[in-house]
Amino acid sequence: MKILVTAKRVTDPDTRIVLKKDLSGVDWDAMEYKMNPFCEIAVEGALQIKEALDDDDIEVEIVAVAIGDEEATKEVRTAMAMGADRGILVECAEEDLDSDAVARMLVKIAEEEEPDLILLGKQAVDGDNNQVGQLVAEYLGWPQATFAYKIDMDGEAGATVLREVDGGVETIKLSFPAVITTDLRLNEPRYPSLPGIMKAKRKPLKTMEPDDLDVELDLKVETVGFMMPPSRKAGVMVESVDALIDKLKNEAKVL
Amino acid sequence: MSKIIVLAEQQLGKLSNATYNAIGAAKKLAGIVGGEFDIALVGGVIEGTIKDVAGYGAAKVYTATDATLERYTAQAYAQAYASVIKAAGAEFVVMAGTAIGKDVAPRVAARLEAGQASDIVDILDGPIYLRPMWAGNVYGKVKINTDIQVMTIRPTDFEAAQATGGESPVEAVEAGVDAGALRMEFVKLDIVESDRPPLTEASVIISGGRGLKSKEKFAEIIEPLADHFGAAIGATRAVVDAGWVPNDWQVGQTGKVVAPDLYFAIGISGAIQHLAGMKSSKVIVAINKDEEAPIFQVADYGIVGDLFEVVPELLSKLK
Repeated sequence: MKILVTAKRVTDPDTRIVLKKDLSGVDWDAMEYKMNPFCEIAVEGALQIKEALDDDDIEVEIVAVAIGDEEATKEVRTAMAMGADRGILVECAEEDLDSDAVARMLVKIAEEEEPDLILLGKQAVDGDNNQVGQLVAEYLGWPQATFAYKIDMDGEAGATVLREVDGGVETIKLSFPAVITTDLRLNEPRYPSLPGIMKAKRKPLKTMEPDDLDVELDLKVETVGFMMPPSRKAGVMVESVDALIDKLKNEAKVL
Repeated sequence: MSKIIVLAEQQLGKLSNATYNAIGAAKKLAGIVGGEFDIALVGGVIEGTIKDVAGYGAAKVYTATDATLERYTAQAYAQAYASVIKAAGAEFVVMAGTAIGKDVAPRVAARLEAGQASDIVDILDGPIYLRPMWAGNVYGKVKINTDIQVMTIRPTDFEAAQATGGESPVEAVEAGVDAGALRMEFVKLDIVESDRPPLTEASVIISGGRGLKSKEKFAEIIEPLADHFGAAIGATRAVVDAGWVPNDWQVGQTGKVVAPDLYFAIGISGAIQHLAGMKSSKVIVAINKDEEAPIFQVADYGIVGDLFEVVPELLSKLK
């Protein structure tokens, strides 16, 4: 069995986003980077599937893919240090991409690699688009389970997936090949071990360009500008509960 | 003339409330690009649901039914929605960004060779779509370059449409689902039973953080205040991680994004990741013993004090 996982490089969600002075874009140099947290969950999910199927003597190969600039090599190496068997980096500038272009590149890679399962984060915490997994599934004509919080494998034939939906949990059954996207509760990603990091340096990493995949980067969706969200002005401190109730009643008029 | 279509969302014949916010967004879009809007209703048995959408001013309500649509699955619904959109000749597709909307809209877009703007909060001239990125720390202005433009809307940012009276004509079209191509199956849906409103629909939310100290104290302090308001209860990621409350109570970047009329942040310091989920609330009240807590920078009204004294006092004076 083969699993393709994504390892997107994103700006560290715990640091504040910095825009260029003219608001034309993000000041990338001022930011810090790491693997998309939902991709980390996907890598961990793939490793847990590998470990579970190992008990049934089913061999699983995990291939980690990143699409981004040269620096994204680090995220592929991190995925391999966690335990992925090999890596693929499609090198291109982030500004030239939309979700659809990323999806079409992953489709080409999937057609070549023929995985049984593609496991991705439900969204990247930079663009927050939440589209790539679904687009890949539709382009390939595959079933999907987005927002997965539990994956029960049916050998290598398929899986029963519990999904986070509005107000509760939905259970669906998929037959492979399929796409699954991860939500927060699926697992706690492991940290790469020191031996894992050493090993990852020797694992094969293939680098390619969008041209090699025959994907045109004509964008369907373009971000033409940015603005800061309406900022809240800090309000007032009130001295007592009575003063608070008075404000809520007579000023905010919400009581 | 522009043609806009709203993809209505129903499960077992019950329309989701967020569909009315999508209709509201379609009306706003119609004001910018001109023309009318239609509504697409697809499912297994939807006869009884037509009345729920027919009185909102749509030029037409398109329906498509098929045995494969009895329960929602992304593969079958994407095919059915795409069939209706083609039959209607729509150029703009609007759907609420609920769990179902997020799941199915990109597949619909892929079938139509269309670009999609996700989770938009406003529509400007152009049309340019405004959407939060980086957990809402920045808004991106997005343009779609394809003949058909697909968008999911953040329900809390668009007014729900009000009934306009009248009755839209109904036209049934082929769902066009290729049953042989489906490889996923609905098993069951477990909805957490609660007397409280859903977080994303509540007009008042009482949220608690680490300052509550324990699971027991969280319940003891937060629940009575929530009962008083008929409010939903929210929590920070730390509280969810500590196991004090269920995961789907989490408000923030990785949880629910909410925008109630009134939001109480109790014992919450105000990490970026939490603020991203609640700073669109109309009125924010913060109660925290640390006057330096970042939550006070977004709160309309703040009280520095011991929440174990302030909250009970507040509740007794409200009663």
